[in-house]
Amino acid sequence: MDVVGKYNISESGNPAGQPLLFAHGYGCDQNMWRLLVPRFEDQYRVVLFDYVGAGGSDLSAYDPVRYSSLDAYADDIVEIVEALDLRDVVLVAHSVSSTIGALATIKAPDRFAKLVMVGPSPRYVNDDGYVGGFEQEDIDELLESLESNYLGWSGAMAPVIMGNPERPELGQELTESFCRTDPDIARRFAEVTFRSDNRADLAKVPAPTLVIQCTNDVIAPVTVGEYVRDTIPDATMVLLTATGHCPHLSAPEETAEVIAGFLGRPVAAVR
Amino acid sequence: MNREAAAEQFIAALLDDDADELYERAPCGYLSTTPDGVIVKVNQTFLTMSGYTRDDLLGRYFTDLLTAGGKIYHETHYAPMLRMQGKAREIALDVVRADRQRIPVLVNAAVGYDESGEPRVIRTAVFDATERREYERELLRAKQRAEESEARARTLAKTLQQTLIPPTPPSVPGLDVATVYRAAGGGDEVGGDFYDVFQTDHRDWVVVIGDVSGKGVDAAVVTALARYTLRAAALRSPHPADALAMLNEVMIDHETDRYCTVAMLRLREGDGWTASVSAGGHPLPYLLRPGDAPREVGAPGSLIGLLPEARFGDVDVALLPGDALVLYTDGVTEARAGEEFYGAERLEAAILRYAGTAASLAHGVADEALTFQLGVPRDDIAVVVLRVPG
Repeated sequence: MDVVGKYNISESGNPAGQPLLFAHGYGCDQNMWRLLVPRFEDQYRVVLFDYVGAGGSDLSAYDPVRYSSLDAYADDIVEIVEALDLRDVVLVAHSVSSTIGALATIKAPDRFAKLVMVGPSPRYVNDDGYVGGFEQEDIDELLESLESNYLGWSGAMAPVIMGNPERPELGQELTESFCRTDPDIARRFAEVTFRSDNRADLAKVPAPTLVIQCTNDVIAPVTVGEYVRDTIPDATMVLLTATGHCPHLSAPEETAEVIAGFLGRPVAAVR
Repeated sequence: MNREAAAEQFIAALLDDDADELYERAPCGYLSTTPDGVIVKVNQTFLTMSGYTRDDLLGRYFTDLLTAGGKIYHETHYAPMLRMQGKAREIALDVVRADRQRIPVLVNAAVGYDESGEPRVIRTAVFDATERREYERELLRAKQRAEESEARARTLAKTLQQTLIPPTPPSVPGLDVATVYRAAGGGDEVGGDFYDVFQTDHRDWVVVIGDVSGKGVDAAVVTALARYTLRAAALRSPHPADALAMLNEVMIDHETDRYCTVAMLRLREGDGWTASVSAGGHPLPYLLRPGDAPREVGAPGSLIGLLPEARFGDVDVALLPGDALVLYTDGVTEARAGEEFYGAERLEAAILRYAGTAASLAHGVADEALTFQLGVPRDDIAVVVLRVPG
């Protein structure tokens, strides 16, 4: 399986520009970047991908044992960067991807110029003296909530997601099946994500890092963003006026401006 | 009541119900929020359902009403979906009531846009789904139970399958022996093919390959019966034909209406190796002698377990150094690609091509039959090869 197919890699923008690699978070796929990407295509080589198990990735490459830790996902980012021979990469990573991205920059420090973390959290569950925002029971509850929301999924969606070359009309449905994925994989990814604890890795992040923090983010509270900023050796934090956990969807303009400011180049206007 | 009268009553009822009343007393909760999720309008039905007052809710985030798990789900799935698709349907959430009780709800939501196409409001309908959720939980539990019992059935099939062939690869001192077994399909069912290699005396060995009609546990019972009957019969008579005749009687007496095919060899080591070969309804083994084309050897006989007056015979074959005997089941020759069978001609060519060791022959033949049907065997495949070194 080639790397492009395995991760459903898509490229746009300026092929000669600095690579801007976008890594989606838990729950969705590269579609999440749709509103942000056009603002960078003038100047950057934009690379999008889906993690194995998400979106249009090769689901047959999903191995629950291998993907039982965020490390494997970080290895995958390194694989992508090396396969495309990307250098001087700016990695823009959302949510759990911020942690995965941090691990990737530690694994392959020569490849990455900068790291942008959107709504990072190195540990979601509270610990002695550390407020992640959630209790263990909350995570169990999430997993249950996933189960009830995927009830009607498997039968109807499986042939679409699994790929069905004999029925090309299903491709259309696939584009409409935004954020849908195999419920079993989604549940496992949720477990790996929300039970992860990578606080100790943050101090090893070699790349200059920008933490983009939303106001009233229930998944990654401001105190967590501050913790990340204070623990990564070379990090700054910008607190957006945008709320929620997905500013690249709810406030793409503000998010793009902050990223552009961090990269030292003004961003192209859209529309 | 006729249709006209019903229509009139319906219109009359609507006339009483002004828009405000329709909104406030609708049979589902209504919430309107800003695109960020701040509640700006709520109907009486939702207040009753949730136990909050209007003042409690206005200005608060919709996510404040959800459980922690629901909050995560909202932020990672529901809100992005609303943002990208402008609507979300049948989302299962739990609303935490004012008294901290939880009510399972189903939520539909749609985004309203202003003239410039920017999101202006999110309108959300909330349905009490307490009973439905309980039913769904039961469905989930039933699904989990079904998956567990399926896994148990697979393990059982696998265990049963292992009793139909020798637990370790058989060996006969002085002979090169190799076997291959591939059950049909994905391995979740017990096949009907079997083979056996065992010793009856100091220099006396028996090799059996067979195929019981059908699949599954019923067939496996008959397969075990056949395998152990042949073991017992081989001790009572040195002639494979006698053993097949005995198996025929046992199977006819047995209540099963299944039948089987068997090829059986009696190998003796004296001044070199000889084999008595008998077959009941089974393809005759091939003898491959270096420098010759493969040829079938043995005495063909009746299907076993079908008719009382079955006939079987023996043919003795001297095995020279370098000779190989290839026993197989019809899963090899009847492997199909579209309308075409793998067939005897391809098998004979494969036997010539993979000549060498017993292992190269057994695996070469089985792999080719598998590849011919694109890797998924429709029928079990069993191959046993014996070769006299030299």
